[in-house]
Amino acid sequence: MNDARGGERAIDLEALDLDRGAALLLRAALLPLAPGEKLYVRGSAPALAHHLRAWARAEGHGFAELASRAGDERSAAPPAVAVLTRGTAPDARWAGAERAGGASPAQAVAEAPARWGLAARGAAVEAGSPEIRFALSRRDELWTDDAPELYRQAAAAQWDPERAIPWHAPRTHPDLVEEALVQVLTYLIENETAALLVPVRFCAQIHPQFREIQQLLAIQAADEARHIEVFSRRARAARTELGLSTSGGQASLKTLLDEPDFALASFLLSVLGEGSFVHLLGFLHVHAPDETTRVLMHLVAQDEVRHVAFGMSHLERHVRHDPTLLARLRLAVERRHEALRHTAGLNAEVFDALVILAAGELSPLAIERGYAAVSGLVEQMDAGRRARLRRLGFDERDAAALSGLHTRNFM
Amino acid sequence: MLYTNYERQVEQHLRGAFDVAWNSPLAWLQAEAAARAAGRTARAIAMRDTDQDLRSLLVVRSASAIRALEDLRGKTIGVGAGDSPQATLIPLQHLAERGLEAGRDFRVQRFDVLVGKHGDHVGGERDAARALMAGEVDAACMIDGNHLVFTNEGTLPRGATRVLDATALYDHCNFTVLDGAPERAVARLQELLLGMRYEDPAVRPLLDLEGLKAWRPARTSGYALLERACARTGELASFVQRVTRARRS
Repeated sequence: MNDARGGERAIDLEALDLDRGAALLLRAALLPLAPGEKLYVRGSAPALAHHLRAWARAEGHGFAELASRAGDERSAAPPAVAVLTRGTAPDARWAGAERAGGASPAQAVAEAPARWGLAARGAAVEAGSPEIRFALSRRDELWTDDAPELYRQAAAAQWDPERAIPWHAPRTHPDLVEEALVQVLTYLIENETAALLVPVRFCAQIHPQFREIQQLLAIQAADEARHIEVFSRRARAARTELGLSTSGGQASLKTLLDEPDFALASFLLSVLGEGSFVHLLGFLHVHAPDETTRVLMHLVAQDEVRHVAFGMSHLERHVRHDPTLLARLRLAVERRHEALRHTAGLNAEVFDALVILAAGELSPLAIERGYAAVSGLVEQMDAGRRARLRRLGFDERDAAALSGLHTRNFM
Repeated sequence: MLYTNYERQVEQHLRGAFDVAWNSPLAWLQAEAAARAAGRTARAIAMRDTDQDLRSLLVVRSASAIRALEDLRGKTIGVGAGDSPQATLIPLQHLAERGLEAGRDFRVQRFDVLVGKHGDHVGGERDAARALMAGEVDAACMIDGNHLVFTNEGTLPRGATRVLDATALYDHCNFTVLDGAPERAVARLQELLLGMRYEDPAVRPLLDLEGLKAWRPARTSGYALLERACARTGELASFVQRVTRARRS
């Protein structure tokens, strides 16, 4: 649209006026000019000259109306109605702009400043934008290089409870097994509620520079919301009331909500808690009394495996960059153990319910079998915790000791 | 110090309540006239770049039979607040200088919003624009920039209006000082204002807020049209009389 014939930069707006978007073309035509250079504006819109004057005044460009310039006879171009002199304001706004890191995950900066606010990583941020303080703004305290891949996997693995779970599968098990299942589900729901709230709280504290971590925590929260939904739906399939919620169970979960440090909270929640839960969900998958429960536990366990993977991944990196973190992790377990020393831990109703689910009936032989299965579960959980603790850098003896101190409430 | 109306601000300026006033063009003329009557002088020290070279437009509906100023005879023209330079005083003066006298040759419908603010509130112009589209008036007066704003926001549907005529260029607000103001402080204020750069992120939000890209040294050559309007209506003389009486009492 620009022509430079005769040394004149010109733009032909044809019938377009500033009330129909002409400003966009004008800005584009003025941008490459140096301040002080002129742009002739042609156009046939009746109020163009009036609007151009007002627009140029507001944008900081010079304006001169051309009384009656003849149109170019060779091209049917309308006459130039005005000449704009490019001002300095368009560049001035961006003079002090700064890139908020690079666009790729590898370019996330070590420490993200508050002045970048909510800007996308890699965006040019206007100087003077409001400062927004995020408590988690240092890469080493939250980052993991596989965050983009973990998020991709999480997004791809989302499932629709309506279609993924056979809600109408037959239930042939006895009432006492259904009752035990409802008790376990009641316990799972409150645990998943804690597992939803913890990432949500930290998600709000993470600098947008580390968006992949925000995304991971957000999708983790969405996972937990779905788990709460499917557990609740299954619990109400044959019962109008849910089971028991104990003081000791809630006391244990409250220590998770109260932990203000991201590394410590994700260690307690993901590495120790959800890590143990993966075994519990596997157990419930094997001992599910019906197909609905079996499929549901499998799907939930898959999500929890990802949550554990993220927790492990960023903590392994964090420990590599700050070996003193191990001592703080140890203290966190000990402190939590101390806080929960006087509580009952896992309620007997949940433990018994797990035994009944594995037993399937109340005969001594079946109960012996069920009890053995739950004991095996507890051993599996312990072995799993020890393995993860060793991966983080604890030696065998510390790993065993810390695993032993983990809450009796599993999560 | 914030005043609810310019008349009070000008009056208090003369009484020495403060040193610098941000005046509307009408308030500038009032201050200058009242100062002169008291044997004093007023001068303007700075103004926004966007306060220079404004134009007011006389706008009609596109389909209107009004094609020339003469066609306005017997018609009703919607204007802004009675003390609005841009939407009332200047356009009516423009018409008077072309032989069309308000009240004699055409009716004036005023859209008084916040009288005393000299048309700073855009409401009067917008109401006049709405009345134009509602068929309540045959033409409406507004600043060129507001015609664009009203069209973009939909108050005036695109293509539904036509610019019948435009006034000559005029200037708007300025910072006014009277003789006797502390010179060094005034010079420093002027220096600070003119030194504000749009590049500076610390001041850019303030410039954006006040709708300017740069402060300019003030000029008073752009108030002639308004001055003629005031002379025709006797607006300034009556203001000076009021202020002088108030000072004597």
